[in-house]
Parts: sequence; C-alpha cells; structure tokens
Amino acid sequence: MNQKYLPLIATIIIFIVSYAVCAAQYPNILSTRVVGNLLTDNAFLGIAAVGMTFVILSGGIDLSIGSVIAFTGIFLAVMLESTSIHPLAAFALVLVITTLFGAIMGAIIHYLEMPAFIVTLAGMFLARGMAFVLSIDSIPIKHPFYATMKSFYYKLPGGGRITLIGGLMVLVFAIGILLAQRTRFGTNVYALGGGAQTSALMGVPVGRTTVLIYGLSGFLAGLSGIVYSLYTSAGYSLATVGVELDAIAAVVIGGTLLTGGAGFVGGTLVGVLIQGLIQTYITFDGSLSSWWTKILIGALLFAFILMQKAILLLSRQNKRYS
Amino acid sequence: MIESALRFGHRLLPQLVALTIILLLIWLVFPGFFSMEIQNGRLYGSVIDILNRGAPVALLAVGMTVVIATKGIDLSVGAVMAICGAVAAASSVRGDPLIVTLLLAIGTGLVCGVWNGFLVSVLNIQPIIATLVLMVAGRGIAQLVTEGAILTFNDPGLIFIGSGAFAGLPMPVVIWLVFGIAVTLLVRRTALGMLIEAVGINRRASTLSGIQTPLLLMAAYMLSGLCAAIAGLIVTADIKGADANNAGLWLELDAILAVVVGGTSLLGGRFSIIASLAGAMIIQAVNTGILLSGFPPEFNLIIKAAIIVIILVIQSPRVQAGVTFLSRKSVR
Repeated sequence: MNQKYLPLIATIIIFIVSYAVCAAQYPNILSTRVVGNLLTDNAFLGIAAVGMTFVILSGGIDLSIGSVIAFTGIFLAVMLESTSIHPLAAFALVLVITTLFGAIMGAIIHYLEMPAFIVTLAGMFLARGMAFVLSIDSIPIKHPFYATMKSFYYKLPGGGRITLIGGLMVLVFAIGILLAQRTRFGTNVYALGGGAQTSALMGVPVGRTTVLIYGLSGFLAGLSGIVYSLYTSAGYSLATVGVELDAIAAVVIGGTLLTGGAGFVGGTLVGVLIQGLIQTYITFDGSLSSWWTKILIGALLFAFILMQKAILLLSRQNKRYS
Repeated sequence: MIESALRFGHRLLPQLVALTIILLLIWLVFPGFFSMEIQNGRLYGSVIDILNRGAPVALLAVGMTVVIATKGIDLSVGAVMAICGAVAAASSVRGDPLIVTLLLAIGTGLVCGVWNGFLVSVLNIQPIIATLVLMVAGRGIAQLVTEGAILTFNDPGLIFIGSGAFAGLPMPVVIWLVFGIAVTLLVRRTALGMLIEAVGINRRASTLSGIQTPLLLMAAYMLSGLCAAIAGLIVTADIKGADANNAGLWLELDAILAVVVGGTSLLGGRFSIIASLAGAMIIQAVNTGILLSGFPPEFNLIIKAAIIVIILVIQSPRVQAGVTFLSRKSVR
C-alpha cells in the first residue's frame, strides 16, 4: 500500500471508531437528523477549510479567512438592508471582492517576497476593520429570498435533512478533490509545497500559482461567508473570530502536512467532521463543559502530529534498509 | 566602541524614525500629547500611557524575538498568558501568600515553555504546529482552572503588579524595561546570542559544530513561556481578575508583529531585542494615537493594517534590493 495514504486512512479510522464509541453510548447519534445537522452546522467551516487546504498544501498559511467570512456576512446584510439589489447579485459582488482580496495578498507574498504569515495577518486586520466600518451592529437579514433558499432541502429517510448549505459543502469538497488531484493547477500546488525553488526550476509558474491559490482561498472564504449568512440570517462584524484556527486544525487532523506538499482535500472533510462530532457529543452529554472541546481538539492535533512524525520516520527507515 | 555604537544606531534607525514620525503625527492632531504631570508621586501622560499599555506586548516580544531567532515561532503565548493569569487568580482566591502565587504562575509559564520546547527540540516538530497545540488547547485549560467563571481577587500585592508605581513609573513599565534590559545583557554580553543566531541560521551545522541545540531551543521556548507568565500576571492584576476567554487574546499576533516591525526576519538568524521592544512601542503608539486623535474606533484596524503593510513593504527584500540598485546608480 502506498504510504502517502496512511495519515488519511488513520484519520478515517479514528473518525469511524469515535463515531462508533459515541453511538454505543447514545444510539440516537446514528439518526439521519444528527448526520444532516453535522453537515449543516459545519458547512461554513468546511468550505473555508477547502481553501485553507490548498494554501497549506502549497506551504503557506492564510490567517485572514475568519475576518473575510465576517466581512462577507456584514457586507451582505448592509447591501440587502439599504439597497434593493437582488441577493444573487450581492453574492456575485462579494465573491469578486473577496477573490480579489485573496489574489492581492498572494501577489504581495510572491512579488514582495514577504512571509505569508505576516501578509495574511495584515489581511486579517484589514478585513475585520472593513467589517467594522460597514457596521458595528448585528444586522438581521429579512429578504424573502433567504427564506426560499432555506426551504430547499433533501429529506433523508428518518427525518434528517441535507440542507442547501450542507449539500453545497459536500459539492465544494468534491470540486476541491478534483481540482487538487486531476488538474495542472493541483499538481502545481503540490509541487510548490515541495519546494518553491525546485518547482520554479521545473517550470511551474510560481507567481501565477501563488496568486491563484490565495485567490481561491479568498473566494472560498467569501462563499463560506455567504453560507454563514444563510445559516444565521444575520451579519455581525464580530462573528467567526478564530475560524482560521479551526480550519487549520481541521486540515492538520485531516492528514495534511503543515510543511506543505503532502495531504488530501478529502482528509480535511473528515477533520471537519471529527471536530463537529466532538461538539455533538458534548451537546448530547450535556454535563461536559464547552471548554473540553478546545482541550480535546488540542489533544487530537497533538496525536495526529505525533502520528505523522512516526510515519515519516518509518518510511525513512524502510528506505534505508531496502 | 564608537564604531559598534554607530552600527547599533544604524540597525535601529528605521524603527526609531517610524516611531518618531508616528509620535509627531499624533502630536499634530492632539497637541497635549507630550505633556506630563506628577500626581501622588507618579507620572501621568499619554506617553507614559503608551509605555504602560504596551507592557504585555513588549514582554511577549522579548521571548518571541529569541524564539524567532532560532527559526521558530511561538503561537501559544496568548493562551499561556490566560493559563498563568488563571493559576495566579485561583491561587490568590485560595488565600496563598503572594510569593507562592507568583511562583506558581511563573512555574506554570515555564512548564508550558518546556512542553513547547520538548515538541520542537526533542520530537522535531515544526514550531508553528507544535505551539498551535497549546494555542488551541490553552484557553480550554485556563477555563478548566477558573471553571468557566471570571475569578476576581483583592490581594493588594498582586494588584500592585498591574497598577502600582515604582520610582514614578507604573509597575508594568518598570517590569518590561528591567526584563528587556536583563535579557539583552544576558544574550549580548555572553556568547548565548551568537549561539542562538547560529541555531536559527543552520540547526544541523550548529549541532555538528558542538552547540547543545536541543538545550538552547528548550531554553528559548522556556524564556517565551516566562515572558508570557509575567505578561499574564500584569494583565490579570490590572483587571483584578482572570478572564480565561479574553486575557491575552490575539496578543501572540501583536508580539510577532512587534518582532517583524523590529526588523528581525521570520526566517531566523540575526535578531535585536531592543528593536523588537521599539516595534512593540510602535504598535502601541499606533493604537493609542488612533484613539487620541479622535478617529472613529471602527477605523483602528484598517489604519493598523495600512501602517503594517507600509513598514513591511519598506523592509521587503525586493524593495531593499531595488533601493540599493538605484542608489548605486546615482553614485556613479
């Protein structure tokens, strides 16, 4: 078996085992309602995490996505409240803005040779600041189109619902997997993560790929913001603080190396679902306090990092003795 | 001697110029900026306020500079601040004497540093992920200590650290000045600073040439934990309570920013603690200046982002290479 699949398989096994443990304790966790809610509640995180996966695969990091999600939410709320623009047009407009925002960050990272960490940190401040400038209040969205979109869902046997946003997340993951595995862009991203200099020597258009990666991350953060505004029916500039950390944690738990170059978009979906499962379990239990979520996710992160280390070490030894 | 002083001045020049420009800009829109007065035996004024409010970031920047110089990064300092604050408050509420409270908090910070150092130096995990673990879990641990509530205390000794005064200066200012100078002397008057730079430039080569790399890395992260513990004590003492959710929130980013604005490369190697302290003061001057000059507070983050981008663009290798190229041409 190919060794690069090991972290992914381990993640999936851990997800299945922990789901089984939860189900043994609370059989209701198997109901399609819980499964449907797991998808709906984590839709915005999942979509943003797809963008983060590409960024991390290329060896970078994007700290701005939480702020961009909040900016998108407040932008939509203000636009729909004060103008008569159709929500779909507002969606298109905000996606253009966030994509450009990401692309500009990518351009600064590449052309000014600045570390992604600091550039996206400035982007995080900027996007949050723009959200504050638009409004510091929580603005409800009452457009009838939102109610129509919320009424679309696919009913599962057993009363569960795959909502529009839950379905959208699955679709984004499917496209993300195709993009990473089956296109030239995906190959370039992996090459870039393996080493910027090496890939430049191999003829990978480093500048264009970097701009595209951060543009994609900005686009998906915008899409995630749209999903979040559908999910909460409101815009608030202080929302989704720290989502970038959840997304990074999901990517790492999903088996992607933070050094870049190795990992799978599909693993990130499992990483998101594991985080959702921990929260669902704590809700089911009722007596556990919310801070256990953070501690458990931290412990999981640690376990996965250790496991990746062990796999790397083993593969190196195999090479030495073969 | 004079030559080395000149070189030192040249190294600090961009930071000092930036700080001066920012202070002058604030002075232009807020004329009373430089005025100071003495009340009850301590100084009051906007400049003192900047020094005082900037204390947590300045302290964190000291440890962060050393960690970044070893080609690492410590994302957990904000969470460690929250843990240490929570431990101090819990200990004070329990009725422990002040010295026990302080030792417990500082010990907790050192333990957090050992944990990070262990992951980085022994298990060889990339610093950004290794410290991410504690960053994510840390606030949960702090909430575990305070049991989700905001623990308040009224031990006058502990409160003195946050709002007392020594020799006319607020206590936090005294602490970060003394601590910053002590660490600078420690690394610059011994070979320690050079060894740290060696590890940051090439870890393998420095191990091969006989440097105790694991020990040095461990010490760097322990120093960062110690700084976070002191910063956590100051923040907790200032509000007379431990807020596990908000104490030190996002301060790790401000600290990293202070180091970068101070001109230390995130890629490790050469570092300057004094320049990082100047960077911390630049960040605080921007924050205070925006408040004083009467801009709507909504614009704070945008102005901050713009200033960061300007400073970073000036420091970017591409732009610097271009400037060198142009200046050479004009000489000929």
